[in-house]
Amino acid sequence: MTDWSQKYEMVVGLEVHVQLKTRSKMFCGCSADFGAPPNVNTCPVCLALPGALPVINAEAVRLALRAAIALDFTINLQSVFARKNYFYPDLPKGYQISQYDEPIAVRGTLRVRTPGETATHDIAITRLHMEEDAGKSVHDRYPRKTAIDLNRAGVPLIEIVSEPDIRSAAEAGAYLRTLKQILEYAGVSDVSMEEGSLRVDANVSARLHGATELGTKTEVKNVNSFSAVERSLQREFERQCAMLDRGEVVRQETMIWDASRGTVRPARSKEESHDYRYFPDPDLPPLILDPDYVARLRHTLPEMPRQLRQRFATEFGLNDAELDAVTAESSLAAYFEGVARAHGDANAAAKWMMGELAAALNETGTGIRDFPVRAPQLAELLDMVRDGKLSHTAAKGVFATMRSSGKSAPVVAAEMAVTQVGDDSQIEQWIEEVFAELPAETSRFRAGEKKLTGVLVGAVMKKSKGRADPKKVNALLSKVAG
Amino acid sequence: MRNIIDMTNDAAVRAADPQFGRDGLNIVVATNHESSLANAERVALAYGRGDAMSLPGMAIAVKDNIATLDMPTTCGSRILSGYVSPYEATAITRLRAQGAVVVAKTNMDEFAMGSSTETSAYGPTRNPVDPARSPGGSSGGSAAAVAAGITEIALGSETGGSVRQPAAFCGVVGVKPTYGRISRFGLVAFGSSLDQIGVFARSVRNAAIATYAMAGGDLNDSTCADVPVPTTPEPVEAYRGRTLDGVTIGIPTEYFPPSLDADVRARCDVAIEVLRGLGAKIVDVSLPHTELAIPVYYIIAPAEASSNLARFDGVRYGPRAADVSDLREMYQATRSRGFGAEVKRRILIGTYVLSHGYYDAYYKKAQSVRALITRDFDAVFASGVDALFTPTTPTPAFKIGAVTDPYEMYMSDIFTVTANLSGIPAISLPIGRVGGLPIGGQIMTRHFDEPRMFHVAAALEAALGGEAHA
Ligand SMILES: [Zn+2]
Repeated sequence: MTDWSQKYEMVVGLEVHVQLKTRSKMFCGCSADFGAPPNVNTCPVCLALPGALPVINAEAVRLALRAAIALDFTINLQSVFARKNYFYPDLPKGYQISQYDEPIAVRGTLRVRTPGETATHDIAITRLHMEEDAGKSVHDRYPRKTAIDLNRAGVPLIEIVSEPDIRSAAEAGAYLRTLKQILEYAGVSDVSMEEGSLRVDANVSARLHGATELGTKTEVKNVNSFSAVERSLQREFERQCAMLDRGEVVRQETMIWDASRGTVRPARSKEESHDYRYFPDPDLPPLILDPDYVARLRHTLPEMPRQLRQRFATEFGLNDAELDAVTAESSLAAYFEGVARAHGDANAAAKWMMGELAAALNETGTGIRDFPVRAPQLAELLDMVRDGKLSHTAAKGVFATMRSSGKSAPVVAAEMAVTQVGDDSQIEQWIEEVFAELPAETSRFRAGEKKLTGVLVGAVMKKSKGRADPKKVNALLSKVAG
Repeated sequence: MRNIIDMTNDAAVRAADPQFGRDGLNIVVATNHESSLANAERVALAYGRGDAMSLPGMAIAVKDNIATLDMPTTCGSRILSGYVSPYEATAITRLRAQGAVVVAKTNMDEFAMGSSTETSAYGPTRNPVDPARSPGGSSGGSAAAVAAGITEIALGSETGGSVRQPAAFCGVVGVKPTYGRISRFGLVAFGSSLDQIGVFARSVRNAAIATYAMAGGDLNDSTCADVPVPTTPEPVEAYRGRTLDGVTIGIPTEYFPPSLDADVRARCDVAIEVLRGLGAKIVDVSLPHTELAIPVYYIIAPAEASSNLARFDGVRYGPRAADVSDLREMYQATRSRGFGAEVKRRILIGTYVLSHGYYDAYYKKAQSVRALITRDFDAVFASGVDALFTPTTPTPAFKIGAVTDPYEMYMSDIFTVTANLSGIPAISLPIGRVGGLPIGGQIMTRHFDEPRMFHVAAALEAALGGEAHA
């Protein structure tokens, strides 16, 4: 296959839709939750019943502002909601409420480092605007019919539109991963492509290296993972380069990514060029923000990945690989910091997280938030390793049991007899004490009532706080009784 | 006071009388006797318990574009035939809390687009004063309901004069409050930046009570202002004598053009002299951008309407065309059959003026001119004028079918659209009759200055006395 990148340059701009993590929808009080039965989360407003009116969700504005601040945007203290008019059955009002020429934020940037490259690249972001989602058309449920589910209609979104500053598929991937990470740190979205809370449309064109004019772009749609974005951009770039090389003209059109075949194809049917007839929504006065409010939000924003990385590097002396691992998500970073502080040895904490913890999360598919072993508990386990109470191998086993039982490291270690007391004289002493405390059971046991063994072993285990080796207790019981 | 349930029952019986139905004056399009009585019982119970109410047992008729429970809300359109709203307009909820009982839905121009109630899918309403004539529109049914004595109070809606013009034509009081004074939640949108719920009544006092009952901020409507609502107006007696001492009333020259109907002018001149006699200082003023109001209105209102009416697509409610092969055909057939000619005309105009390449020349330009019209009013009020007096309409009620040119029809709103474009409150009240036909006089005041508007109107009403209807 020709390596077109020698001759042509890829130019990419990305439009990313992100669902904001609000309890209710953008313009009504309906739940924005995922997964309810069809059309349950609806009301006169999001069903567009005659006479219903939208009201802006203040929490959605707050989250949009957090995202904008995290991405170094300039905030517009006055922004305007506009109507984007088009007919579609899952668009109940016949228009989508969006922001058009006065969005809530303009001119952001994202610093991106493409894997394998040392230099970073600042990608300019044109705008961030707020809008509502449409509903869902279900075409495969009833034969020859389309069903409409409006649970999603009116769910708050932000759209983040980059400049055509991206120069490779890998850089597009790096942009998306960094963007996702920042939005996750800012706590504004679940940023999950699988659940549809992050959606990507990519505009791509090709031009000769050194050219200053942009080539004709196409829009690639239907990509549902970051790696699919990268692969689809590469395919589309190659298709365009081949055309240009044959002297053909690239048409501005929408391309659909076919994940199963790994190819792009033009969207079926003539994609009509819509005239959306944007105009300011007369139902919503301009959104005026109090500068003090924006300033307060600026201060409540948590540390962003870049600052956190910096701090972890100086404070804990972690290397790049370790930093990558422990700052991948904000909750992971908080977890790491908890372990490192409680335990004291940050490197040991990082190693454990990259090894055992990462494997555990991978295996169960859970996030760190739902992980049963919390930071102080992991620190306790690492303490035992450091203090020589557990071997590294034994610690792995204890960790596994901690995950399933929720018990602390010392308890699990004792129960598993990994820090067991095997000293006969100690166990014998515990047995003597139990005999003294349970004279009735003891005499019956001495008289041959073997079924009482369990009671006595249990009592000894309890007395030893679980550290006695139960096998030894069993063996020594008869000897001492005899 | 009469028994609340009896009062409601009487009104509900009147509303259902065939003389007001389709084969009669065609005022009433829906009633629900049972539900009206049930509501009356609830009111009676609460009133008996001692709940404070400004309109206990007051039967009201409601324009067919305001969402009510138990009766259809069809906007006089086939596209909403049979549609019953599952929720109620804020204005209705508030009126009911004050003891009012809805007894009828009234006829209107389809989606409030018209000035004669002739564009209704139910056919035209006839003016109770003269059944050969139009009651005006678009709230013709509600104006006629009050004029015919079906109810004492009725609700209408305004986008460009749809309450005041029919009030003038039917010889009743009609109020368009300040934009934002009454929640639009539950009022089916036509031109959202212009729409306001309004009131018809036989007296200024009742119009004021009903207006105040509905007024005040609403969390369901972001354009509804949380401005303090005045308490109930003073009793009628307070308006007798020189009650307009210290009040300056402006007479805008643009509202008295040479083409003004001579009878209308004569009646206005009498009213102005009465106002002067009440102590008002009368001054001539100018609102120079008035002549641009109609073109501006007929860009902005259709533009907003073209978007507002997109939801009537046959997908979720209303009749859906079945004999179609794909989605596009379904939309086309449903909307072609569901909407009448005037509605289609305005959707087309509105779609055109918002189109790419035309937006700046039409919609944006119209919004700038709208600002100039508002500034005219601001300047006059800033100069010390407290209220403006004008005729409500250029002519008395015209005959049904007499006005066939849409532009000529649009011109009947010429004195009323300015208040909608600028958002100020305005009232029309009867100032006399010519050849048996009522003439309306209009009073406009500053934003949210309804108290002054009602004060001047009530004083004029009291001073004219029987003259207003003679
Ligand atoms: Zn809703």
